[in-house]
Amino acid sequence: MSEVTTGTPALKQGFAEMFKGGVIMDVVTAEQARIAEAAGATAVMALERVPADIRKDGGVARMSDPKMIKEIIGAVSIPVMAKVRIGHIVEAQILQALGVDFIDESEVLTPADDQFHILKTDFKVPFVCGAKNLGEALRRVGEGASMIRTKGEAGTGNVIEAVRHARTVLGEIKHIQARPAEELMTVARDLQAPYELVRYVHEHGKLPVVNFAAGGVATPADAALMMHLGLDGVFVGSGIFKSDNPERRAQAIVKAVTHYQNPDVLAEISEDLGAPMTGINIDDLIPAERLASRGW
Amino acid sequence: MTAPRIGVLALQGAFREHRQRLEGLGAAVTEVRLGRDLGGLSGLILPGGESTTMARLMTEYDLWEPVRAFHAAGGHLWGTCAGAILLSRDVQGAPPQFGRQDSLNLLDVTVQRNAFGRQIDSFTTDLPVRGLDGAFTAVFIRAPAFTRVGDGVEVLAEYGGQAVMVRAGRVTASAFHPELTPDARLHELFVQRCAAPVPLA
Repeated sequence: MSEVTTGTPALKQGFAEMFKGGVIMDVVTAEQARIAEAAGATAVMALERVPADIRKDGGVARMSDPKMIKEIIGAVSIPVMAKVRIGHIVEAQILQALGVDFIDESEVLTPADDQFHILKTDFKVPFVCGAKNLGEALRRVGEGASMIRTKGEAGTGNVIEAVRHARTVLGEIKHIQARPAEELMTVARDLQAPYELVRYVHEHGKLPVVNFAAGGVATPADAALMMHLGLDGVFVGSGIFKSDNPERRAQAIVKAVTHYQNPDVLAEISEDLGAPMTGINIDDLIPAERLASRGW
Repeated sequence: MTAPRIGVLALQGAFREHRQRLEGLGAAVTEVRLGRDLGGLSGLILPGGESTTMARLMTEYDLWEPVRAFHAAGGHLWGTCAGAILLSRDVQGAPPQFGRQDSLNLLDVTVQRNAFGRQIDSFTTDLPVRGLDGAFTAVFIRAPAFTRVGDGVEVLAEYGGQAVMVRAGRVTASAFHPELTPDARLHELFVQRCAAPVPLA
Protein backbone atom coordinates (compact mmCIF):
# COMPACT_ATOMS: atom_id res chain seq x y z
CA MET A 1 0.00 0.00 0.00
CA SER A 2 1.29 3.48 -0.85
CA GLU A 3 2.34 6.05 1.68
CA VAL A 4 -0.35 7.63 3.85
CA THR A 5 0.01 11.07 5.39
CA THR A 6 -2.12 12.67 8.13
CA GLY A 7 -2.25 16.03 9.86
CA THR A 8 -0.75 17.96 6.93
CA PRO A 9 -1.59 21.63 6.24
CA ALA A 10 -3.45 20.50 3.10
CA LEU A 11 -5.68 18.14 5.13
CA LYS A 12 -6.31 20.72 7.82
CA GLN A 13 -7.08 23.56 5.42
CA GLY A 14 -9.05 21.25 3.13
CA PHE A 15 -11.23 20.25 6.07
CA ALA A 16 -11.82 23.93 6.83
CA GLU A 17 -13.00 24.41 3.22
CA MET A 18 -15.82 21.93 3.89
CA PHE A 19 -17.43 24.29 6.41
CA LYS A 20 -17.95 27.02 3.84
CA GLY A 21 -21.45 28.29 3.35
CA GLY A 22 -22.32 26.79 6.70
CA VAL A 23 -23.12 27.68 10.29
CA ILE A 24 -21.11 26.51 13.30
CA MET A 25 -23.17 26.69 16.48
CA ASP A 26 -22.18 27.01 20.14
CA VAL A 27 -23.75 24.30 22.30
CA VAL A 28 -23.42 23.56 26.01
CA THR A 29 -25.20 20.17 26.22
CA ALA A 30 -25.58 17.04 24.11
CA GLU A 31 -29.25 17.91 23.70
CA GLN A 32 -28.41 21.32 22.23
CA ALA A 33 -25.87 19.62 19.96
CA ARG A 34 -28.60 17.34 18.61
CA ILE A 35 -30.88 20.31 17.99
CA ALA A 36 -28.06 22.11 16.17
CA GLU A 37 -27.27 19.10 13.99
CA ALA A 38 -30.92 18.54 13.10
CA ALA A 39 -31.24 22.23 12.22
CA GLY A 40 -28.40 21.87 9.70
CA ALA A 41 -25.30 23.08 11.57
CA THR A 42 -22.06 22.09 9.79
CA ALA A 43 -20.34 21.71 13.16
CA VAL A 44 -20.93 22.40 16.83
CA MET A 45 -18.67 24.24 19.24
CA ALA A 46 -18.80 22.45 22.58
CA LEU A 47 -18.37 24.76 25.56
CA GLU A 48 -19.52 25.03 29.16
CA ARG A 49 -21.02 28.49 28.95
CA VAL A 50 -21.97 30.53 25.90
CA PRO A 51 -20.16 33.89 25.68
CA ALA A 52 -23.18 35.82 26.96
CA ASP A 53 -23.03 33.82 30.21
CA ILE A 54 -19.25 34.11 30.44
CA ARG A 55 -19.74 37.87 30.34
CA LYS A 56 -22.44 37.76 32.98
CA ASP A 57 -20.74 35.33 35.37
CA GLY A 58 -17.25 36.79 35.18
CA GLY A 59 -14.34 34.82 36.65
CA VAL A 60 -11.83 32.78 34.67
CA ALA A 61 -13.24 31.01 31.61
CA ARG A 62 -11.34 27.80 30.74
CA MET A 63 -11.46 24.78 28.45
CA SER A 64 -14.63 22.73 29.02
CA ASP A 65 -14.81 19.52 31.04
CA PRO A 66 -13.64 16.64 28.80
CA LYS A 67 -16.63 14.60 29.98
CA MET A 68 -19.04 17.12 28.52
CA ILE A 69 -17.04 17.33 25.28
CA LYS A 70 -17.07 13.54 24.98
CA GLU A 71 -20.83 13.48 25.49
CA ILE A 72 -21.26 15.95 22.65
CA ILE A 73 -18.88 13.98 20.40
CA GLY A 74 -20.99 10.92 21.11
CA ALA A 75 -24.26 12.71 20.42
CA VAL A 76 -23.72 13.97 16.86
CA SER A 77 -22.26 12.84 13.54
CA ILE A 78 -21.06 16.31 12.47
CA PRO A 79 -17.63 17.67 13.45
CA VAL A 80 -17.16 18.88 17.02
CA MET A 81 -15.04 21.91 17.83
CA ALA A 82 -13.96 23.14 21.27
CA LYS A 83 -12.17 26.16 22.69
CA VAL A 84 -8.85 26.57 24.44
CA ARG A 85 -7.43 29.64 26.12
CA ILE A 86 -5.00 31.72 24.06
CA GLY A 87 -1.55 30.22 24.52
CA HIS A 88 -2.71 27.20 26.53
CA ILE A 89 -0.68 24.45 24.83
CA VAL A 90 -1.79 21.74 27.24
CA GLU A 91 -5.52 22.43 26.93
CA ALA A 92 -4.97 21.99 23.18
CA GLN A 93 -3.12 18.71 23.71
CA ILE A 94 -6.02 17.49 25.82
CA LEU A 95 -8.61 18.41 23.17
CA GLN A 96 -6.53 16.71 20.48
CA ALA A 97 -6.35 13.58 22.65
CA LEU A 98 -10.15 13.65 23.04
CA GLY A 99 -10.59 13.51 19.27
CA VAL A 100 -12.02 17.00 18.87
CA ASP A 101 -12.11 17.85 15.14
CA PHE A 102 -11.15 21.52 15.34
CA ILE A 103 -9.74 23.71 18.13
CA ASP A 104 -10.69 27.36 18.59
CA GLU A 105 -7.87 29.26 20.30
CA SER A 106 -10.32 31.80 21.56
CA GLU A 107 -10.34 35.25 23.10
CA VAL A 108 -13.73 34.33 24.57
CA LEU A 109 -11.90 32.32 27.22
CA THR A 110 -9.51 34.02 29.63
CA PRO A 111 -6.04 34.12 28.02
CA ALA A 112 -3.39 31.83 29.52
CA ASP A 113 -0.50 33.72 27.94
CA ASP A 114 -0.33 37.47 27.47
CA GLN A 115 2.37 37.38 24.77
CA PHE A 116 2.34 34.15 22.78
CA HIS A 117 -0.19 32.06 20.95
CA ILE A 118 0.00 28.29 20.49
CA LEU A 119 2.33 27.03 17.74
CA LYS A 120 -0.47 25.37 15.85
CA THR A 121 1.80 23.66 13.32
CA ASP A 122 2.80 21.33 16.19
CA PHE A 123 -0.67 19.76 16.16
CA LYS A 124 -2.43 17.30 13.87
CA VAL A 125 -5.81 18.79 14.69
CA PRO A 126 -6.62 22.03 12.83
CA PHE A 127 -7.12 25.37 14.61
CA VAL A 128 -9.33 28.40 14.08
CA CYS A 129 -8.30 31.78 15.51
CA GLY A 130 -9.95 35.18 15.74
CA ALA A 131 -8.59 38.33 14.08
CA LYS A 132 -9.55 41.99 14.01
CA ASN A 133 -7.28 42.93 11.13
CA LEU A 134 -5.11 41.42 8.41
CA GLY A 135 -1.85 41.53 10.37
CA GLU A 136 -3.41 39.56 13.20
CA ALA A 137 -4.98 37.09 10.75
CA LEU A 138 -1.66 36.45 8.99
CA ARG A 139 0.24 36.06 12.26
CA ARG A 140 -2.22 33.35 13.27
CA VAL A 141 -1.93 31.67 9.86
CA GLY A 142 1.84 31.89 10.23
CA GLU A 143 1.52 29.96 13.50
CA GLY A 144 -0.51 27.33 11.66
CA ALA A 145 -4.17 28.33 11.96
CA SER A 146 -6.26 26.58 9.27
CA MET A 147 -9.23 28.92 9.58
CA ILE A 148 -9.65 32.57 10.55
CA ARG A 149 -12.77 34.17 11.97
CA THR A 150 -13.57 37.74 12.86
CA LYS A 151 -13.50 38.30 16.59
CA GLY A 152 -16.50 40.54 16.58
CA GLU A 153 -17.62 41.02 20.18
CA ALA A 154 -18.81 37.65 21.44
CA GLY A 155 -21.85 37.40 23.68
CA THR A 156 -23.27 40.79 22.75
CA GLY A 157 -25.74 39.84 20.01
CA ASN A 158 -24.46 42.98 18.30
CA VAL A 159 -22.98 42.49 14.85
CA ILE A 160 -21.18 45.82 14.56
CA GLU A 161 -17.76 44.58 15.65
CA ALA A 162 -17.90 41.54 13.36
CA VAL A 163 -18.74 43.88 10.49
CA ARG A 164 -15.89 46.18 11.45
CA HIS A 165 -13.39 43.31 11.56
CA ALA A 166 -14.64 41.79 8.29
CA ARG A 167 -14.43 45.12 6.49
CA THR A 168 -11.00 45.79 7.93
CA VAL A 169 -9.52 42.44 6.86
CA LEU A 170 -11.15 42.45 3.41
CA GLY A 171 -10.27 46.12 2.86
CA GLU A 172 -6.65 45.52 3.78
CA ILE A 173 -6.54 42.58 1.37
CA LYS A 174 -7.74 44.82 -1.50
CA HIS A 175 -5.21 47.44 -0.50
CA ILE A 176 -2.33 44.95 -0.63
CA GLN A 177 -3.43 43.70 -4.04
CA ALA A 178 -3.06 47.23 -5.37
CA ARG A 179 0.49 47.66 -4.08
CA PRO A 180 3.48 47.03 -6.38
CA ALA A 181 5.52 43.95 -5.46
CA GLU A 182 8.54 45.94 -4.31
CA GLU A 183 6.47 47.53 -1.52
CA LEU A 184 5.38 44.25 0.07
CA MET A 185 8.28 43.91 2.50
CA THR A 186 7.43 47.28 3.97
CA VAL A 187 3.76 46.31 4.02
CA ALA A 188 4.72 43.16 5.95
CA ARG A 189 6.72 45.26 8.40
CA ASP A 190 3.83 47.63 8.96
CA LEU A 191 1.26 44.83 9.36
CA GLN A 192 3.63 42.82 11.55
CA ALA A 193 2.82 39.87 9.31
CA PRO A 194 5.01 37.18 7.68
CA TYR A 195 6.34 38.38 4.31
CA GLU A 196 5.51 35.15 2.46
CA LEU A 197 1.88 35.39 3.55
CA VAL A 198 1.69 39.04 2.49
CA ARG A 199 2.93 37.93 -0.93
CA TYR A 200 0.25 35.22 -1.00
CA VAL A 201 -2.45 37.81 -0.30
CA HIS A 202 -1.00 40.12 -2.97
CA GLU A 203 -1.11 37.34 -5.54
CA HIS A 204 -4.44 35.70 -4.67
CA GLY A 205 -6.53 38.52 -3.21
CA LYS A 206 -7.65 36.39 -0.27
CA LEU A 207 -6.41 34.86 2.96
CA PRO A 208 -4.56 31.54 2.55
CA VAL A 209 -7.31 29.89 4.66
CA VAL A 210 -11.08 30.22 4.94
CA ASN A 211 -12.40 33.32 6.64
CA PHE A 212 -15.53 33.10 8.81
CA ALA A 213 -17.68 35.57 10.73
CA ALA A 214 -18.08 35.36 14.49
CA GLY A 215 -18.91 37.50 17.47
CA GLY A 216 -22.37 39.05 17.56
CA VAL A 217 -24.41 37.28 14.86
CA ALA A 218 -27.97 36.99 16.21
CA THR A 219 -30.39 36.95 13.26
CA PRO A 220 -30.63 35.37 9.78
CA ALA A 221 -30.13 38.85 8.36
CA ASP A 222 -26.92 39.28 10.39
CA ALA A 223 -25.62 35.99 9.01
CA ALA A 224 -26.54 36.93 5.45
CA LEU A 225 -24.88 40.32 5.91
CA MET A 226 -21.59 38.66 6.83
CA MET A 227 -21.82 36.45 3.73
CA HIS A 228 -22.67 39.50 1.62
CA LEU A 229 -19.54 41.25 2.89
CA GLY A 230 -17.52 38.33 1.50
CA LEU A 231 -16.95 35.91 4.37
CA ASP A 232 -17.07 32.15 3.87
CA GLY A 233 -19.44 31.11 6.66
CA VAL A 234 -20.67 31.96 10.14
CA PHE A 235 -20.19 31.03 13.79
CA VAL A 236 -23.20 31.70 15.99
CA GLY A 237 -22.51 31.61 19.70
CA SER A 238 -25.04 32.94 22.16
CA GLY A 239 -27.39 34.03 19.34
CA ILE A 240 -29.19 30.70 19.02
CA PHE A 241 -29.63 29.17 22.44
CA LYS A 242 -30.15 32.56 24.13
CA SER A 243 -33.11 33.28 21.85
CA ASP A 244 -36.78 32.41 22.38
CA ASN A 245 -36.99 29.63 19.83
CA PRO A 246 -33.52 28.13 19.25
CA GLU A 247 -34.67 25.44 16.82
CA ARG A 248 -36.44 27.78 14.44
CA ARG A 249 -33.74 30.40 14.67
CA ALA A 250 -31.01 27.82 14.01
CA GLN A 251 -32.83 26.52 10.93
CA ALA A 252 -33.41 30.05 9.66
CA ILE A 253 -29.76 31.05 10.04
CA VAL A 254 -28.65 27.91 8.16
CA LYS A 255 -30.96 28.83 5.28
CA ALA A 256 -29.88 32.47 5.36
CA VAL A 257 -26.22 31.55 4.82
CA THR A 258 -27.07 29.46 1.72
CA HIS A 259 -29.56 31.93 0.25
CA TYR A 260 -27.86 35.18 1.32
CA GLN A 261 -28.18 36.57 -2.21
CA ASN A 262 -31.92 35.95 -2.35
CA PRO A 263 -33.90 38.63 -0.42
CA ASP A 264 -37.21 36.85 -1.07
CA VAL A 265 -35.97 33.76 0.74
CA LEU A 266 -34.46 35.89 3.51
CA ALA A 267 -37.75 37.71 4.05
CA GLU A 268 -39.61 34.44 4.35
CA ILE A 269 -37.22 32.81 6.82
CA SER A 270 -36.88 35.91 9.01
CA GLU A 271 -40.57 35.80 9.84
CA ASP A 272 -41.92 34.85 13.25
CA LEU A 273 -38.74 33.57 14.88
CA GLY A 274 -39.57 34.78 18.36
CA ALA A 275 -37.37 37.25 20.22
CA PRO A 276 -33.62 37.20 19.50
CA MET A 277 -31.15 37.46 22.37
CA THR A 278 -31.41 40.85 24.01
CA GLY A 279 -27.96 42.08 23.12
CA ILE A 280 -25.56 44.67 24.44
CA ASN A 281 -24.62 48.03 23.02
CA ILE A 282 -20.85 47.91 22.42
CA ASP A 283 -20.45 51.51 23.63
CA ASP A 284 -21.67 50.37 27.03
CA LEU A 285 -18.75 47.96 27.45
CA ILE A 286 -15.83 49.25 29.40
CA PRO A 287 -12.51 48.45 27.64
CA ALA A 288 -11.73 45.57 30.03
CA GLU A 289 -14.97 43.87 28.94
CA ARG A 290 -13.98 43.90 25.28
CA LEU A 291 -12.94 40.36 24.46
CA ALA A 292 -11.70 41.37 21.01
CA SER A 293 -8.70 43.17 22.50
CA ARG A 294 -7.31 39.80 23.65
CA GLY A 295 -4.76 38.32 21.20
CA TRP A 296 -1.28 39.47 20.25
CA MET B 1 -16.97 19.67 -28.88
CA THR B 2 -18.99 22.53 -27.46
CA ALA B 3 -18.38 23.44 -23.85
CA PRO B 4 -21.03 21.82 -21.65
CA ARG B 5 -22.86 23.74 -18.96
CA ILE B 6 -22.36 22.02 -15.64
CA GLY B 7 -24.02 22.79 -12.34
CA VAL B 8 -22.43 22.68 -8.92
CA LEU B 9 -24.79 22.18 -6.00
CA ALA B 10 -24.07 25.29 -3.92
CA LEU B 11 -26.08 24.70 -0.76
CA GLN B 12 -23.01 24.38 1.45
CA GLY B 13 -19.42 23.17 1.29
CA ALA B 14 -16.54 23.29 -1.16
CA PHE B 15 -18.54 24.21 -4.27
CA ARG B 16 -16.21 27.06 -5.28
CA GLU B 17 -13.26 24.68 -5.78
CA HIS B 18 -15.30 22.53 -8.19
CA ARG B 19 -16.48 25.63 -9.99
CA GLN B 20 -12.94 26.91 -10.50
CA ARG B 21 -11.72 23.52 -11.67
CA LEU B 22 -14.57 23.16 -14.19
CA GLU B 23 -14.10 26.68 -15.50
CA GLY B 24 -10.40 26.00 -15.89
CA LEU B 25 -11.37 23.10 -18.16
CA GLY B 26 -13.56 25.33 -20.32
CA ALA B 27 -16.98 24.33 -18.95
CA ALA B 28 -19.64 26.92 -18.20
CA VAL B 29 -20.77 26.65 -14.57
CA THR B 30 -24.06 27.36 -12.79
CA GLU B 31 -24.38 27.35 -9.00
CA VAL B 32 -27.48 25.34 -8.11
CA ARG B 33 -29.44 26.36 -5.00
CA LEU B 34 -33.02 25.88 -6.18
CA GLY B 35 -34.65 23.39 -8.54
CA ARG B 36 -35.06 25.96 -11.29
CA ASP B 37 -31.27 26.38 -11.48
CA LEU B 38 -31.01 22.91 -13.07
CA GLY B 39 -32.44 24.05 -16.41
CA GLY B 40 -30.06 23.76 -19.36
CA LEU B 41 -27.41 21.75 -17.52
CA SER B 42 -25.83 18.55 -18.80
CA GLY B 43 -24.11 17.63 -15.54
CA LEU B 44 -24.22 18.32 -11.81
CA ILE B 45 -21.49 18.01 -9.20
CA LEU B 46 -22.51 17.49 -5.57
CA PRO B 47 -19.56 18.78 -3.54
CA GLY B 48 -18.06 17.96 -0.17
CA GLY B 49 -19.34 19.64 2.97
CA GLU B 50 -21.69 18.31 5.64
CA SER B 51 -24.18 15.80 4.26
CA THR B 52 -26.69 16.45 7.07
CA THR B 53 -26.66 20.19 6.31
CA MET B 54 -27.07 19.63 2.57
CA ALA B 55 -29.83 17.05 3.06
CA ARG B 56 -31.74 19.45 5.29
CA LEU B 57 -31.48 22.22 2.64
CA MET B 58 -32.45 19.76 -0.12
CA THR B 59 -35.62 19.04 1.82
CA GLU B 60 -36.36 22.68 2.71
CA TYR B 61 -36.12 23.82 -0.89
CA ASP B 62 -37.62 20.72 -2.56
CA LEU B 63 -34.52 19.68 -4.47
CA TRP B 64 -34.73 15.89 -4.18
CA GLU B 65 -37.24 15.32 -6.99
CA PRO B 66 -35.81 17.92 -9.40
CA VAL B 67 -32.35 16.32 -9.11
CA ARG B 68 -33.82 12.84 -9.67
CA ALA B 69 -35.74 14.18 -12.67
CA PHE B 70 -32.55 15.81 -13.97
CA HIS B 71 -30.84 12.42 -13.82
CA ALA B 72 -33.78 10.65 -15.46
CA ALA B 73 -33.71 13.19 -18.30
CA GLY B 74 -30.10 12.28 -19.11
CA GLY B 75 -28.07 14.46 -16.73
CA HIS B 76 -24.68 13.30 -15.45
CA LEU B 77 -24.04 13.38 -11.69
CA TRP B 78 -20.84 13.25 -9.67
CA GLY B 79 -20.76 13.40 -5.89
CA THR B 80 -17.59 13.90 -3.84
CA CYS B 81 -17.51 12.99 -0.12
CA ALA B 82 -20.75 14.46 1.30
CA GLY B 83 -22.07 14.62 -2.28
CA ALA B 84 -21.40 10.87 -2.63
CA ILE B 85 -23.49 10.29 0.49
CA LEU B 86 -26.39 12.23 -1.04
CA LEU B 87 -26.34 10.00 -4.16
CA SER B 88 -26.33 6.68 -2.31
CA ARG B 89 -29.28 4.43 -1.64
CA ASP B 90 -28.59 3.74 2.04
CA VAL B 91 -26.71 5.91 4.50
CA GLN B 92 -25.18 4.48 7.67
CA GLY B 93 -23.71 6.44 10.56
CA ALA B 94 -26.39 9.10 10.83
CA PRO B 95 -27.29 10.02 14.40
CA PRO B 96 -30.23 8.00 15.75
CA GLN B 97 -32.52 11.03 16.03
CA PHE B 98 -32.37 11.37 12.24
CA GLY B 99 -33.85 7.96 11.74
CA ARG B 100 -33.02 7.26 8.12
CA GLN B 101 -30.89 9.97 6.51
CA ASP B 102 -32.52 11.21 3.29
CA SER B 103 -30.67 10.62 0.03
CA LEU B 104 -31.25 10.67 -3.74
CA ASN B 105 -31.09 6.88 -4.11
CA LEU B 106 -29.51 7.14 -7.56
CA LEU B 107 -26.69 4.71 -6.81
CA ASP B 108 -27.29 1.20 -5.47
CA VAL B 109 -24.72 1.32 -2.69
CA THR B 110 -24.65 1.56 1.08
CA VAL B 111 -22.43 4.35 2.28
CA GLN B 112 -20.89 4.49 5.76
CA ARG B 113 -20.32 8.05 6.99
CA ASN B 114 -16.97 8.88 8.64
CA ALA B 115 -15.77 5.38 7.76
CA PHE B 116 -12.12 6.22 8.43
CA GLY B 117 -12.59 8.10 11.71
CA ARG B 118 -12.50 11.70 12.87
CA GLN B 119 -10.51 14.64 11.45
CA ILE B 120 -7.34 13.54 13.21
CA ASP B 121 -7.50 10.38 11.06
CA SER B 122 -8.05 12.24 7.77
CA PHE B 123 -5.36 11.29 5.26
CA THR B 124 -3.85 11.65 1.81
CA THR B 125 -2.71 8.70 -0.28
CA ASP B 126 -1.81 7.89 -3.87
CA LEU B 127 -4.75 5.89 -5.13
CA PRO B 128 -4.97 3.79 -8.30
CA VAL B 129 -8.21 4.68 -10.11
CA ARG B 130 -9.60 2.55 -12.91
CA GLY B 131 -9.42 4.44 -16.20
CA LEU B 132 -6.53 6.68 -15.14
CA ASP B 133 -2.87 6.12 -16.02
CA GLY B 134 -0.93 6.59 -12.83
CA ALA B 135 -2.21 7.01 -9.29
CA PHE B 136 -4.43 9.90 -8.20
CA THR B 137 -3.46 11.81 -5.05
CA ALA B 138 -6.63 11.33 -3.03
CA VAL B 139 -7.55 13.52 -0.05
CA PHE B 140 -9.83 11.74 2.43
CA ILE B 141 -11.41 14.09 4.99
CA ARG B 142 -13.69 12.43 7.56
CA ALA B 143 -14.47 10.42 4.49
CA PRO B 144 -17.23 7.89 3.85
CA ALA B 145 -16.76 4.47 2.23
CA PHE B 146 -19.10 2.28 0.19
CA THR B 147 -19.67 -0.79 2.34
CA ARG B 148 -22.12 -2.52 -0.02
CA VAL B 149 -21.95 -2.19 -3.78
CA GLY B 150 -25.00 -3.36 -5.73
CA ASP B 151 -25.10 -5.26 -9.01
CA GLY B 152 -24.29 -3.07 -11.95
CA VAL B 153 -22.21 -0.67 -9.87
CA GLU B 154 -18.58 -0.60 -10.97
CA VAL B 155 -15.87 -0.09 -8.33
CA LEU B 156 -13.31 2.39 -9.73
CA ALA B 157 -11.07 2.62 -6.67
CA GLU B 158 -10.57 0.82 -3.39
CA TYR B 159 -8.69 1.69 -0.24
CA GLY B 160 -8.05 -0.62 2.68
CA GLY B 161 -10.40 -3.20 1.17
CA GLN B 162 -13.31 -0.76 0.88
CA ALA B 163 -14.74 0.80 -2.27
CA VAL B 164 -14.01 4.56 -2.35
CA MET B 165 -15.01 5.42 -5.92
CA VAL B 166 -17.90 3.87 -7.81
CA ARG B 167 -19.91 4.43 -10.96
CA ALA B 168 -23.18 3.21 -12.44
CA GLY B 169 -24.40 4.67 -15.69
CA ARG B 170 -24.35 8.46 -15.47
CA VAL B 171 -23.71 8.55 -11.72
CA THR B 172 -20.21 8.65 -10.20
CA ALA B 173 -19.34 8.93 -6.53
CA SER B 174 -15.96 9.40 -4.86
CA ALA B 175 -15.31 9.35 -1.14
CA PHE B 176 -12.29 11.64 -1.58
CA HIS B 177 -11.85 15.23 -2.76
CA PRO B 178 -10.44 15.60 -6.30
CA GLU B 179 -11.19 19.35 -6.09
CA LEU B 180 -8.55 19.82 -3.38
CA THR B 181 -5.54 18.60 -5.39
CA PRO B 182 -4.09 20.16 -8.56
CA ASP B 183 -4.68 16.96 -10.58
CA ALA B 184 -7.57 17.76 -12.97
CA ARG B 185 -7.93 14.34 -14.60
CA LEU B 186 -11.15 13.26 -12.93
CA HIS B 187 -12.83 16.60 -13.62
CA GLU B 188 -11.63 16.35 -17.21
CA LEU B 189 -13.31 12.95 -17.60
CA PHE B 190 -16.53 14.30 -16.12
CA VAL B 191 -16.53 17.31 -18.47
CA GLN B 192 -15.97 14.96 -21.44
CA ARG B 193 -18.91 12.79 -20.42
CA CYS B 194 -21.14 15.84 -20.00
CA ALA B 195 -20.08 17.11 -23.43
CA ALA B 196 -21.09 13.88 -25.18
CA PRO B 197 -24.52 14.00 -26.83
CA VAL B 198 -27.30 13.01 -24.43
CA PRO B 199 -28.58 9.56 -25.41
CA LEU B 200 -32.24 9.62 -26.34
CA ALA B 201 -34.25 8.04 -23.58
